[in-house]
Amino acid sequence: MSPVLEIRDLSVDYGKLRAVHNVSLSLNKGEVLGLAGESGSGKSTLAYAATRLLQPPGHVPSGEVFFKGRDLLSLSEKELQVLRWNEISIVFQGAMNALNPVISVGTQIDDVLRTHRPRMKRPERTARARELLSLVGIPTDRLGAYPHQLSGGMRQRVMIAMALALEPEIVIMDEPTTALDVVVQRQILGQMMRLRETLGFSIVFITHDISLLVEFSDRIAIMYGGRVVEEAPASEIYRAAKHPYSQGLLSSFPALRGPRRELKGIPGSPPDLRSMPAGCPFHPRCPSAMDVCGERMPSLESVEERRRVACWLEDVRV
Amino acid sequence: MTFLLRRALFYLVTLWAAITVNFLLPRLLPGDPVQAMIIKLGGRLNSDAMASLYVLFGLDEQKSIWEQYLDYWGALFQGDLGLSFTFFPTPVADVLSQSLPWTLGLVGVTTVIAFLLGTLMGVYAGWKRGSWMDNLIPLTTFLSSIPYFWLGLIAISLLSVTWPLFPASGGYAAGLVPEFSGEFIGSVLEHAVLPGVTIVVSSVAGWILGMRNMMVTVTAEDYVLVARAKGLTRKRIMFAYAARNAVLPSISGFALSLGFIVGGALLVEMVFSYPGLGYVLFQGIGAKDYPLMQGVFLVITLTVLVANLLADIGYLLLDPRTRREG
Repeated sequence: MSPVLEIRDLSVDYGKLRAVHNVSLSLNKGEVLGLAGESGSGKSTLAYAATRLLQPPGHVPSGEVFFKGRDLLSLSEKELQVLRWNEISIVFQGAMNALNPVISVGTQIDDVLRTHRPRMKRPERTARARELLSLVGIPTDRLGAYPHQLSGGMRQRVMIAMALALEPEIVIMDEPTTALDVVVQRQILGQMMRLRETLGFSIVFITHDISLLVEFSDRIAIMYGGRVVEEAPASEIYRAAKHPYSQGLLSSFPALRGPRRELKGIPGSPPDLRSMPAGCPFHPRCPSAMDVCGERMPSLESVEERRRVACWLEDVRV
Repeated sequence: MTFLLRRALFYLVTLWAAITVNFLLPRLLPGDPVQAMIIKLGGRLNSDAMASLYVLFGLDEQKSIWEQYLDYWGALFQGDLGLSFTFFPTPVADVLSQSLPWTLGLVGVTTVIAFLLGTLMGVYAGWKRGSWMDNLIPLTTFLSSIPYFWLGLIAISLLSVTWPLFPASGGYAAGLVPEFSGEFIGSVLEHAVLPGVTIVVSSVAGWILGMRNMMVTVTAEDYVLVARAKGLTRKRIMFAYAARNAVLPSISGFALSLGFIVGGALLVEMVFSYPGLGYVLFQGIGAKDYPLMQGVFLVITLTVLVANLLADIGYLLLDPRTRREG
């Protein structure tokens, strides 16, 4: 498998504070890569920085993001504008306010087509917008509806329809179902996965809900304090997470399938960007912390094939 | 549609209440118009003249207040607002119809200009937060904090006395007859420059500030980020996604200021002796000209109501969330 998106050593700062530390990740063609972590772990920041959507004071001091052999971080605004949505689209938390409240959803889909496909005529664009709506299971007569006239789930579907309008290579889903109830969550994600099979795009799925990731993604990267602490196939993570933080995350959600497990959660709270603990940022909350954990940060090392962990427990040198 | 009908009904009721208050107020005041007239003419009236004045004002018959009220409505529907004392014996309706176009033309047009200009500047200032546009805000705010009459007097003293570029007062050059000719229109425009510019200067800051702040708030919304991620053009994001949402609070402010056109014209027209409604009201108040004041108040009430109706319609067009279904 060849990566469609490759992030190399990407760091992101908010002013003087570092929110993401030297993250390297790759997304393979047709794959669903899950990014998990608590609030403030840097998962959304990473995705926005990689797609050049980061707002000041956020900025990228170092790193590269390769998409089809081009470094996204060095593209000009114009080149970027052509690439946006054509190649990489984003599904935001549409149930909240990712849709413009004063413009009909049809026009918002049409905006994309009109900007990126200037040769399409109006009837063609309307036909395409209808097609997209029916793709996500919304009656096509809702094209003229305004966001407030749709339910949260429908708004999220509209968002997905919009994201697929130009048949992009990559769809980034940032907490796409957080504001929806569990039943609708699963309907929408299931639909998204079916669409991925037919249309063949890759997905970066960002959420704090690791149970959803285990169910819907191929590979999971778990972030803590702006670093990737573990990366492995979803089934491997679910079966035997190696990093104590991953284990903690998994035991804080009830599993939908499989044997019953005790819910434990993780003591303490996520670290503050302004006062990151020395060494491994997780060590103050870690049940198996050792002396070395408070002194040096373990690097992300391959422990098995397709599996990387940043933890001294897994490091043979200690 | 039902929504608009309901609003229209509401405005009709409000109009009725306003006109009724307008009818009652002068009748609650001590004295009557004829007394005021007699005082104005300094007792140079004989008893016959006084008697005929009572007939003229309809005060000779002993009518109940209810009959007077019905007569008032009847007269109103015929456009009869009584006779003015100040411009005796011109009917109030004539005085109003002569002065209203001047006020609407000057204050109305400049209010619209100030709104459009200020809102547009606010859009840019909010979009490019931290740019040189932000330095403009303290300056415009300073200008708007100067009391209007002072600003007007400074403008007159600098631009028509020290450097006589523009005429200091009036609506058009003395000696011209109002007609549809190039010379007359040119003179009107020349006379409108000073009052017009001072109105814009003193009111534009509010629009800039309000719009800028809303733009800053709205550009932080998710849908603006989505618009950027969609790769839309800067112009499209700025106007259709950001400004379109940010302008909504300004619309109600704009409607309010439209309603204040006639009332707010008072100071402008006093300073520039402009032949509009405000100047007429000023003269009317000075002469205790009740019928004229009543007429002006009626016009003010009407403009406020019409402005509110316009705001309702504007909201309906701009914000789909206010449209009710069914």
